[in-house]
Amino acid sequence: MDFSFTEEQTLLRNSVQGLLAAKYDFDTRRKIVKSADGMSKAVWAQFAEMGLLAAPFSEEQGGFGGGAIETMIVMEEMGRNLVVEPYVETVVLAGGFLREGASKEQQAAHIPGIVDGSAIWAFAYAEPQGRYNLADLVTTAKKDGAGYTLNGYKAVVLGAPWAQKLIVTARTSGGQRDRDGISVFIVDKSAAGVSTRDYPTVDGRRASEITFENVKLGADALIGTEGKGLPLVEKITDQAIAALSAEAVGCMGELNKATVEYCKTRKQFGVPIGKFQVLQHRMVDMFMAYEQSVSMTYMVNLKLEENEAERIKAAAGAKVQIGKAGRYVGQQAVQLHGGMGMTDELNVGHYFKRLTMIDTQFGNVDHQLKRYSTAA
Amino acid sequence: MDMSFSPEELAFREEVRAFIADNYPKDLANRRTRGEMSKEDILTWHRILYKKGWVVPHWPVEYGGTGWTITQRFIWNEENARAETQALLPFGLSMVGPVIFNYGNEEQKKRFLPGILSADDWWCQGYSEPGAGSDLASLKTRAVLDGDHYVVNGHKIWTTLAQYADWMFCLVRTDNNVKAQEGISFLLIDMKTPGITVRPIITMDGAHEVNEVFLEDVRVPVANRIGEENKGWTYAKFLLGNERSGIAGVARSKKAIERLKSIATAELMDGQPLIKTDEFARKVAELEIDLSALEVTELRTLAAESKGKGPGPEASILKIKGTEIQQRITELAVEAVGNYGSVEVPTGEMAGNDFIAGPAYSNGAAQNYFNMRKTSIYGGSNEIQHNIIAKMVLGL
Ligand SMILES: Cc1cc2nc3c(=O)[nH]c(=O)nc-3n(C[C@H](O)[C@H](O)[C@H](O)COP(=O)(O)OP(=O)(O)OC[C@H]3O[C@@H](n4cnc5c(N)ncnc54)[C@H](O)[C@@H]3O)c2cc1C
Ligand SMILES: Cc1cc2nc3c(=O)[nH]c(=O)nc-3n(C[C@H](O)[C@H](O)[C@H](O)COP(=O)(O)OP(=O)(O)OC[C@H]3O[C@@H](n4cnc5c(N)ncnc54)[C@H](O)[C@@H]3O)c2cc1C
Repeated sequence: MDFSFTEEQTLLRNSVQGLLAAKYDFDTRRKIVKSADGMSKAVWAQFAEMGLLAAPFSEEQGGFGGGAIETMIVMEEMGRNLVVEPYVETVVLAGGFLREGASKEQQAAHIPGIVDGSAIWAFAYAEPQGRYNLADLVTTAKKDGAGYTLNGYKAVVLGAPWAQKLIVTARTSGGQRDRDGISVFIVDKSAAGVSTRDYPTVDGRRASEITFENVKLGADALIGTEGKGLPLVEKITDQAIAALSAEAVGCMGELNKATVEYCKTRKQFGVPIGKFQVLQHRMVDMFMAYEQSVSMTYMVNLKLEENEAERIKAAAGAKVQIGKAGRYVGQQAVQLHGGMGMTDELNVGHYFKRLTMIDTQFGNVDHQLKRYSTAA
Repeated sequence: MDMSFSPEELAFREEVRAFIADNYPKDLANRRTRGEMSKEDILTWHRILYKKGWVVPHWPVEYGGTGWTITQRFIWNEENARAETQALLPFGLSMVGPVIFNYGNEEQKKRFLPGILSADDWWCQGYSEPGAGSDLASLKTRAVLDGDHYVVNGHKIWTTLAQYADWMFCLVRTDNNVKAQEGISFLLIDMKTPGITVRPIITMDGAHEVNEVFLEDVRVPVANRIGEENKGWTYAKFLLGNERSGIAGVARSKKAIERLKSIATAELMDGQPLIKTDEFARKVAELEIDLSALEVTELRTLAAESKGKGPGPEASILKIKGTEIQQRITELAVEAVGNYGSVEVPTGEMAGNDFIAGPAYSNGAAQNYFNMRKTSIYGGSNEIQHNIIAKMVLGL
């Protein structure tokens, strides 16, 4: 057993930290979020240059052969800096589908664009009626010659306003919530019949509502086997959960640091408020919530390749832990900062908002508790 | 002991329910959910009630009160919550008004009460300062006597809706050489006086609700001081007691839970309404039970008050529990709306111009949740309320 990072991993962390410290301070982030684009192409290009967009791909695929731990390190630093650029959507999710489900031809066609930063991807899976159930789909892809015709609606597709390419789940057979009959497709956002309505999200990102109307897909759009897509979807979303857990750990770490610091310096009644025992215990609870989250984040990132039941328990467990901890740490960080914690000016509220949204991504605490308790 | 309504009370309920139905402007509700309330919109209902003579049921009749019993007042609050009417601003009606008729002189009553009642004067609360939040008594804004004026210098912060205010009731330091609480005076300051600058603070939900108020050589007539010089702390605390009980918001929370339930009925989980799932049904049940307890606790407090006891340290229970419930409702609303919780409703200049994704009931759920974190901070933070109960009730 060994929880230490290799030299290369430490180097990776240091270089991500260096880049973000130089290019992604809170004021810069604020400007990026408020800009018309809502993300920085320049920062994205820097991620490409540094090899972050290539990290999880094998060397044959043009990457660096990094694993879950490398992604975890990158995501924790992204969390610390509240990075809004779609790393999870493009590298972890789309990258994951391409790595683990796509044919050699598809990989050759699409991975280079991710690696060099020219292509941004989004994952269109959620539907209004489906809540967090990945199998609850009314979007359909009907066999049409060699290819398919796609019809349906996807809700809150994060990063889609920036994307050129989409990974879309659709039903090729079966009933609305059947586990069988789900297929995964690559769709050009510019294809005829794809229409989007873009909007900002409360955590400073952008998302789209996407309608597919008789969108023609070639045979080469299908990832994996027709109708057998759900296990792949679950596996890749669990990888995303592992990445989001690391991001949440980054957010919580910063909130705890800021809160302890604030309570040491803010004086009321003639003393630093950190002298009040009720606040000390609160910060101790925040600290423990953080440490437990670090542990679950390590665990899920170490177990992503285990058998399905183990992986699901690890991912659902991590998501429950960061959901609960994120809420507690976020709320209390605001509370202990008093009025200052409520402001848009301070970064505290922004971490809190991001943590709140991480809980809803890929299923909140209730959803994951159920998933955990029903895992084989 | 009896908790049921008499036939007369039921008739009263019908009367006020009909009045609200006939007089509450229908278009206000829409604008509120879309964050498009103008200054006038915020005052519309106030003005209608003023005309009817129902704007201050909680005031003594001689100053404009309705003479209703506490049960009638309870019914009135319930019916307003039920119809989701715009809540009346507390700054004049519940905060400074009662201070003026309790501690002000005849002239001040004549001068200020009519504007409070009619809403011609918009009031804001100038208590907090950057260095004086929970430790309010440490406030530093100075008022120095100069003939028949005070010259006020200082910096107030978190001043709710000061951007619209005509008047501010303000705590100032008039004596530096005594115990902090003994050197404070209570001034009424015309916001148009030269030397006052109001600067907005945007909160994390994007709203412009609070402000900083800078006072630079602001001349305030001594005639605008309430009560005695250096006795301001007494009046300030009286006001805080009222503020705390006002924050409980039981009737509004009841309605908010109803709304939450209707969201959870519309939202599906595996094809089934969310409200039918054990997890969610239990959370809502717990909330309702907490609220029932608080409702009866509040009624007990009101009953004691009507027997002549002012709101005591028990008001802190209402503040703590009431805000915890309000926050929990908004938290569960975010849970209920699922993925659409992340949609941002544009605020400020952007309000009303953009496409808002998701069903109408999901719009603003997350921002509302973020905004409501304020309730455990303002009005004396919930930690401070715990301290008050520990000290004043438990004798610790
Ligand atoms: C089942 C059991 C087995 C035990 N076995 C052993 C044993 O084998 N050997 C042995 O030596 N002792 C043993 N103990 C004793 C145990 O260590 C003491 O009970 C413990 O240290 C608490 O001391 P106390 O009971 O005097 O409570 P107190 O110290 O009087 O504490 C009372 C309460 O006040 C709280 N409190 C006290 N100080 C503070 C503070 N500064 N801040 C906040 N809260 C505070 C405590 O947390 C507690 O809730 C045992 C006790 C139990 C219950
Ligand atoms: C949205 C909003 C609207 C407001 N509107 C107004 C207004 O209109 N007018 C006005 O005058 N003020 C207003 N306030 C200010 C509000 O009353 C203060 O924010 C509040 O008193 C807390 O003060 P602070 O922000 O300085 O926090 P601090 O006092 O610095 O508190 C920071 C943290 O320390 C805790 N703490 C402090 N002292 C103790 C203690 N002794 N024991 C344990 N914990 C302690 C607090 O509970 C809090 O968690 C508003 C605030 C907000 C957020």
